[in-house]
Amino acid sequence: MYPSRFAYDAPSSLEEAIAILDAGGGEAKILAGGQSLIPMLKLRFAAPERLVDINSLPGLDYHRVDPDGTLRIGALCRHEDLEFSDKLDAFPTLAQAAALVADPIVRTRGTFVGSVCHADPQGDWAATMIALDGSIVAQGPNGRREIPMSDFVLGPFVNALAYNEIAVEAVIPAAKGTARGGYLKLERRVGDFATASVAVALDMDGDTVRRAGCALAGVGGRTIDANDAISVLVGKTLTDENIAAAAQAVAAAAEPRTDHRGSADYKRHIVETFVSRILTNISRSEQKAA
Amino acid sequence: MAPLDELKIGGMGASRRRVEDNRFIRGKGRYVDDIVLPGMLHMEVLRSPVAHARIKSIDTSAAWEIPGVRLVLTGETMAARNLAWMPTLSYDTQAVLATDKVRFQGQEVAAVVADDPYIAKDACSKIVVEYEQLPPIVNPVQAQAPDAPLIRDDKENQPTNKIFDWEIGDKAATDRAFAEADVISKTELHYPRSHPSPLEPCGSIADYDRATGKLTVYMTTQAPHIIRAAVAMVAELPEHMIRIVSPDLGGGFGNKVPIYPGYVVSILASILTERPVKWIEDKSGNLISTGFGRDVYLQGEIAMRKDGKILGMRMHTISDHGAFYADAQPTKFKIGLMHSAFACYDIPAAHLTSEGWYTNKAPGGVAYRCSFRVTEAMFFQERMIHNAANDLGMDQAEFRRVNLVKDDMFPYRTAFGFLTDSGQYKKCLDIGLEAIGYQNFKAEQEEARKRGKLLGIGISTMTEPLGAGNSREYDIIGIKMFDSAELRVHMTGKAILRTGAKTQGQGHETTWAQIVAHELGIPADDIVVEEGDTDTAPFGMGTYASRSTPVAGAAVAMVSRKIRAKARKIAAHLLEVSEEDIEWELGRFYVRGNPERGVTIQDCALAAYSNVPDGMEPGLENNAYYDPPNLTWPFAAYICKVEVDPATGVWDVLKFVAVDDCGVRINPMVVEGQIMGGLTEAYAMANMQYITFDEEGNCIGANYMDYLLPTAWETPGFELHEVVTPCPHHPIGAKGIGECATVGGPAAFVNAVINAIEHTGVRNVDMPLMPNRVYEALKTGSDISGMPPVRVD
Amino acid sequence: MTSLYDEVSPAPAADVPTKRVTINVNGEARTVDVEPRLLLAHLLRQGLKLTGTHTGCDTTSCGTCTVLFDGRPVKSCTMLAVQADGHEVETVEGMSSASELHPVQEGFKQEHGLQCGYCTPGMMLAAKALLERNPDPTEDEVRWALSGNLCRCTGYQNIVKSVLWAAQKMRGQNPEA
Repeated sequence: MYPSRFAYDAPSSLEEAIAILDAGGGEAKILAGGQSLIPMLKLRFAAPERLVDINSLPGLDYHRVDPDGTLRIGALCRHEDLEFSDKLDAFPTLAQAAALVADPIVRTRGTFVGSVCHADPQGDWAATMIALDGSIVAQGPNGRREIPMSDFVLGPFVNALAYNEIAVEAVIPAAKGTARGGYLKLERRVGDFATASVAVALDMDGDTVRRAGCALAGVGGRTIDANDAISVLVGKTLTDENIAAAAQAVAAAAEPRTDHRGSADYKRHIVETFVSRILTNISRSEQKAA
Repeated sequence: MAPLDELKIGGMGASRRRVEDNRFIRGKGRYVDDIVLPGMLHMEVLRSPVAHARIKSIDTSAAWEIPGVRLVLTGETMAARNLAWMPTLSYDTQAVLATDKVRFQGQEVAAVVADDPYIAKDACSKIVVEYEQLPPIVNPVQAQAPDAPLIRDDKENQPTNKIFDWEIGDKAATDRAFAEADVISKTELHYPRSHPSPLEPCGSIADYDRATGKLTVYMTTQAPHIIRAAVAMVAELPEHMIRIVSPDLGGGFGNKVPIYPGYVVSILASILTERPVKWIEDKSGNLISTGFGRDVYLQGEIAMRKDGKILGMRMHTISDHGAFYADAQPTKFKIGLMHSAFACYDIPAAHLTSEGWYTNKAPGGVAYRCSFRVTEAMFFQERMIHNAANDLGMDQAEFRRVNLVKDDMFPYRTAFGFLTDSGQYKKCLDIGLEAIGYQNFKAEQEEARKRGKLLGIGISTMTEPLGAGNSREYDIIGIKMFDSAELRVHMTGKAILRTGAKTQGQGHETTWAQIVAHELGIPADDIVVEEGDTDTAPFGMGTYASRSTPVAGAAVAMVSRKIRAKARKIAAHLLEVSEEDIEWELGRFYVRGNPERGVTIQDCALAAYSNVPDGMEPGLENNAYYDPPNLTWPFAAYICKVEVDPATGVWDVLKFVAVDDCGVRINPMVVEGQIMGGLTEAYAMANMQYITFDEEGNCIGANYMDYLLPTAWETPGFELHEVVTPCPHHPIGAKGIGECATVGGPAAFVNAVINAIEHTGVRNVDMPLMPNRVYEALKTGSDISGMPPVRVD
Repeated sequence: MTSLYDEVSPAPAADVPTKRVTINVNGEARTVDVEPRLLLAHLLRQGLKLTGTHTGCDTTSCGTCTVLFDGRPVKSCTMLAVQADGHEVETVEGMSSASELHPVQEGFKQEHGLQCGYCTPGMMLAAKALLERNPDPTEDEVRWALSGNLCRCTGYQNIVKSVLWAAQKMRGQNPEA
């Protein structure tokens, strides 16, 4: 309950924040929502020398949809901003995940971008970002660069940011066609780590799938990129057979381990079930719309 | 003169709003951690990271060097003052700070006292302990292996890891019953380890005053007087120089009955530093080291005739007590009141054998929201009954109706010798069945199954013994289990009541006043209730095992009657008639045959201080020690309807009906609050709330990320019904209610889930019924038993 | 000015850097010197003596420390005190005036929404924040909004009723009707 000592800065500009990180030589850690970092400090699982609190940085609390449909989420956009957002109609995967992140009180404070950077194998947002083919905009002393999600999460709790870079924005491209998707999570109670989570994002052209994205949380040592697996749907319609094949392919991509939340087989089965449920729901709503 | 309306003065039966709420809703409750004393220091405890190891060395030098550190204590320091070990409530010993070995993960190894807890924690991390690892034992099977390492090598005459063998009942008669049976039903179960986990962890502020020699300890305790006796023994301080104050408690549920090492160390730290020392445990410390509940294995058998009549019952229990036998329970009973199982059924012969084992796990076996292992007893009972009905091919409700004790059989002596005295068991069951829609359920279940939906219904009927004890049979470390109340009526008719119980959310400040109002007609609002300070409260055994209303509540009624008896004499004096000519109605004495001529209880109170008859002692105060003639026996029928998702094993409660007969209800609102809270803990245990260990003895469930408590979202709604059969021997007819729902509830949930999946051949899934376990059972059609050590691939 | 644990340690050790912050707590500006590692919950409880904010776990799970931070509920054990500089914090002590309870407080008493009282301040503040955003919630919406706050005593049913009681009262209806 009592963190060890650290130095603390609350810079008021991005440039200042980056300069502090740069001077820290890798011993400084960014504090955004803090809903994962501060518990780790309290348990003394983490003991950084310096915290750089970015909560005072101006103009980062946005999420907005560009005219071309691209969704941009600033570094200080909180989970609950997305939960109560009216801008996510074209991003059903995100809209469904937003209410399932941690618990309602944590959601007022924790940030989307911070959660993606945390790269927790059980994190919800990293999974949605992979399924949606998103990327992270990082800013460092040498300017900005955009890192695709496929290159961003390097392993459990490890991301691709340099020590002197700050993730300032998440970018999620617009669907080509109609956006469909879903997010399902098996948790034993609100706030539990996921036994298994599934993010699915489809770009539909009529009843044909143009792009399919999928990622999994809680079923591997890292967020599982199942985009290749679910791509069996591309160019196809959501028939029961195609749904079953996709669900099986995604389940095969999972890398679950047996623990007190269930056996590896059970978790794989949940992945298959959830993929199937999300796709079936999409298929049914398509039929209703038609 | 119109008689007083008892409900209007907040008497018995009034859903009086709680007086303690006035401070709690304003954030003005005062819990131990809220108390700040001048010059107070802060203590943190260093715990063992491993389950079983010999301590080779402890180096505290770096900790001493941190600015702000005042004291570092180890087992060696404690041993120098003969405080390295302390007695438990079950006549065992427990290490305060480890000297020789650590015997479970989380065991207390050292403590640091510093200016603030941050510094104390910094210093703890600088203590270097060298461990030589020993093989850990994480369940009774491992404990009894011939080559098992000896956990308690500190004890003489302890050649194995076995703690006790115990038996009760009539073996020969039971064997005969089984020989005559048409059908024998067998059940094996594990009731997993659980933790009461009040939101507020344990803590203490020890304040030793060298000038007066007095030790004051503010402490999270449900039983301050027992603690005072224990501290007197452990610290060898005179009892009158010890004051234990238990302020507001953030829940207890049995967790705050035992004496814990942290308390003892804080006391020594205060003596050594001559300053107040506060110790507040963190959540992990609470979960991994303090009193747990359950962790019992059962082998049970029921012998029956074809027509459903139960002839006999056998139970064998194997219990896992952790590294120290520290159960909080009456001395005479080694596995608590396990033999209260089947008390609501008419069974001629029964036999129980029990064995207890040491393991490298936290000590405990506390009565987690139950009357000493009664939760296990009733869960085992209702799972055995469920299986027995199925084995006979008989309807669950009908099987219970055949075997429940009938209304005209009271008083009824159970096969284990308990005397149950009252109840309307069938009526309760029938109300519950009606409310849940039992009649149509089988058709509904069939129809749902055709649509791929799995519905189940589960019944749990039970009577449980509350109100330990009577003092002939019940004591804790030799102290007889009675309780007490002291009532002082001031001259204006206002009053202060003190009892030996200790509220921790049950609302004694509200409900005790209602009993006084009922007995004396003094409005409840005119009575203040105090508990928890051993310098002012009369001696009592505290609040646990649902014993407050049965014992302390009875003492409140009895002391009120003593006050009334004296007031009657004063009334006769004031009315100038003889005492025999005085009649009582609520709040008022009057002259027989002339009801207009009377005096109120307030008039009598004033006279007690201003105008007493010649020869009478002035004042209007008294006390009562109540030694109950018997236990009380509330009854409950809990019926649960669930739907199981066959694809995931996730189950949802569609409806839950609770029919409770806890005798006369003092405050119906408070009673219902107790029932709903208890049902939620039952739901939690059935579904998610358990502690297990991996093969290394690491505790899985050491924080709220792994030890899952349900939130408002998962917790189902409950429909409550009421039957009232007054307790014949309790002065106000009450039986107690705090724990019935936790005791009887789990089997209703489990029986319902099993009922939903038993068409596949599944007979049992041990708790917790987590989705993965239910799914595996469904998929394989076979039982999921026990909680093997977690193995991570 | 107040420092942490000022009863025993009027000034932190000379080599421990502190930061001066000003926080509006329950409508009153409070200026304090704090070590960066000090949790907001501890500042409120120890330094500012507002002990109605409790702490119940180490893992941001229980919500007993919930306060309103610029009007939104946060777990004050999972914020640093320095982060509150220049912000508004409302604790349970700020919910009522001397004479008048907040309807949520009244609701909790009327509907028996508390037993031991330990979770109550956090629960009530989470409920207050809900009702400010959604004055007419359904039972499910209340359960959802309170699912970051644990209670061990009540089973939640009466907590839900308490919040619905308050919602009615705040909408100008008679909750007893």
